[in-house]
Amino acid sequence: MYQYDTYDQSAVDARVEEFRDQVARRLSGALSEDQFKPLRLMNGLYLQLHAYMLRVAVPYGTLSGQQMHMLAHIARKYDRGYGHFTTRQNIQYNWIKLDEAPDILAELATVEMHAIQTSGNCIRNISSDQYAGAAADEVADPRPWAELLRQWSSFHPEFSYLPRKFKICVIASAEDRAAMRLHDIGIELVKRDGVLGGRIFAGGGMGRTPMIAPEIKDFVAADDLLSYLEAALRVYNRHGRRDNIYKARIKILIHEIGAKEYKRQVEEEFAHVKTLGIDPPLAEFDRIAAFFAPPAWEQGLSDDLDLSDPDFRLWVDQNVIAHQTPGYAIANISLKPIGGIPGDASADQIDLMADLATRYSFDELRVTHAQNIVLPHVKKADLYTIWQALDEAGLATANLDLISDIIACPGLDYCSLANARSIPLAQKIGQRFADPERQRDLGELKLKISGCINACGHHHAGHIGILGVDRKGTENYQLLFGGSGAEDVSLAKIIGPGFSEDGVVDAIEKATDVYKALRTDGERFVDTYRRVGMDPFKEAIYG
Amino acid sequence: MKILTGNDLASGDVVWWTGESWSRHVEDSVDVNEHGEAIARAEEGARRVNVPYVIEAQATPEGPRPAHIKDRIRALGPTIRPDLTLKPADPDAGNWVI
Amino acid sequence: MGDPLTFRTDGAHEEPAVTLDSFLDQSNATAVRLEPGEDARALLPYLDRLALVEVAFPAFRDGRGYSAARILRESGYTGELRAQGDVLVDQLAYMRRCGFDSFAPEKPLDPAVVKTSLERYEHPYQATIDGRAPIWKLRHG
Repeated sequence: MYQYDTYDQSAVDARVEEFRDQVARRLSGALSEDQFKPLRLMNGLYLQLHAYMLRVAVPYGTLSGQQMHMLAHIARKYDRGYGHFTTRQNIQYNWIKLDEAPDILAELATVEMHAIQTSGNCIRNISSDQYAGAAADEVADPRPWAELLRQWSSFHPEFSYLPRKFKICVIASAEDRAAMRLHDIGIELVKRDGVLGGRIFAGGGMGRTPMIAPEIKDFVAADDLLSYLEAALRVYNRHGRRDNIYKARIKILIHEIGAKEYKRQVEEEFAHVKTLGIDPPLAEFDRIAAFFAPPAWEQGLSDDLDLSDPDFRLWVDQNVIAHQTPGYAIANISLKPIGGIPGDASADQIDLMADLATRYSFDELRVTHAQNIVLPHVKKADLYTIWQALDEAGLATANLDLISDIIACPGLDYCSLANARSIPLAQKIGQRFADPERQRDLGELKLKISGCINACGHHHAGHIGILGVDRKGTENYQLLFGGSGAEDVSLAKIIGPGFSEDGVVDAIEKATDVYKALRTDGERFVDTYRRVGMDPFKEAIYG
Repeated sequence: MKILTGNDLASGDVVWWTGESWSRHVEDSVDVNEHGEAIARAEEGARRVNVPYVIEAQATPEGPRPAHIKDRIRALGPTIRPDLTLKPADPDAGNWVI
Repeated sequence: MGDPLTFRTDGAHEEPAVTLDSFLDQSNATAVRLEPGEDARALLPYLDRLALVEVAFPAFRDGRGYSAARILRESGYTGELRAQGDVLVDQLAYMRRCGFDSFAPEKPLDPAVVKTSLERYEHPYQATIDGRAPIWKLRHG
């Protein structure tokens, strides 16, 4: 994992003091709410339905046991004993006091963490593949690139008052586990002639106008990357729309002028920017990459597993993924217990996951965009012990990528932007499909719920997506089919008129019945839907 | 009736205008008639409240109830965590919210 | 109006700035005002005779002026570069890093807060044209 040097530490410490000063000026009245709002947002602090909410960055979703313990400590000391892991691989706390926020940031800084740019119209936390450094299919570990971008984007003087927020994702495999093409800029690392570089996509996103990012550059070498991104951002900062907040994302600019014209402008700007000497030398890239060197794997480990315990077997089948190193595995910890709140974990659970990481996973954890936690490097021989500990803590639900592994935004229970609640619906769907055999029979089925059109719950990218709307003061839910945030990226389509909360659960059940009746061998729900189209589903649902 | 709500600046707590000050309980709200905006401006200027706004509410024997679901949820707390609401000991406390 | 703030040794340029359109029509003006939507690159042919470019910030959230400033500096402009309008104390450090060397804020800035804000971050992560060595350069000498 990356470790701060004195430069990194002093920058983060300075930020804490800056925010402490800004909070004091807000409380004294020197800053109005209008002036303070962008400053607090750039430190992850929102004003939500019930209180302030603090979003803490987990850069590219990677954190250590010690950092995870700190998250538990903050949940206990400053919040109400729990935290919520988000679709941006971050964690947020729902009950924060403004006058305590600087102290929280100060505590985070002691373990090299922060809330810098987790909100606001700036470059947000860089997201990445949760299996980075562990996945069998990666061409390289994407995290050194992400860390390079973290540093470049932190306190960027030109790009802190962009037209709108800006999200960048870096992955390094053909399989996309991070919804890369639904980011403002997506980078897929590829090798060309033995040299690693980035294939660049731009203008993707969800929100009210979902778009899949088109490719704008087939290869950018490591020592050109920052110049190239600087050029891409500058074109956006200068020409992105500022007259309408709903049209201010880069996807709208690229859609309006066309990917080809955007690319042309970026190339022109890049030709200029590249002359300025803003790219660090490759030695800096190598310095960062050294922190992500593989851990000292034990050699000669067995790949055998005793699967005689049926519950353990189920968990291994569903939640454990192949590792790039023999004898090791990637263990997913589901934060989606049946009837639970997707992405929530109690301070005790967070502490337990931290302990398991320290003991069994080279002190590393990952947060996934699907709001689960990963122990990336565990010995297969330790899996049973790990599973027992997780099971005792209510963390061993064997439902990775199944219908109850639901992505859900906080919705109207917490969020001031929401139009409808997301969590109770997730709970009802989980309960309806609680039977493990039934879920497994339905296979991979990505269900994603957003409580408003901003799409934090990724409903556009759900095999089944649900969008909560406000219909004359009553919660109403639209159903969408056919989306994907993976390498088979596609945008879900609304199937018809909306439903009540119970109505949408019934409709989903009917849809799964249609799928079961029509599927051919090996077809997932989304494959059947793509093959047969919407009609059979609509007929069953609306009759 | 019209009632005035906002958040406490320092703590972020949801608060309701009582005619004299701010309460955490919606039941303490008073009808602000057409004075809501003026009270909001004065109170926000004095930093006794943050981001205040006027909402529609119904008078009931139990006290004012916000017309919109969002403010009803604000008034009590998250519907999915009764233990974290203003009335964690009362299982029926949320019956009027949804 | 707040007090103007300058970081230039030659003081603030006194000639009033004209609009970009007027400037492009007038061969003798030496001061121009750039609105957020206007293209800083239109000034590149005239950098030698320009003594002042005033970049307007009608609303602090509109960050186009940061790019305008960098483009001018990156192209060799050495005259006064002034941020005018809704310029807030918490933005000064970034503006300085983008090349602004004078400020005409609409509302007064507290000099003590200005000083603290500008001295807050010892080293920047990014290389810009403000001459400060980025952290990566310090790391590798």
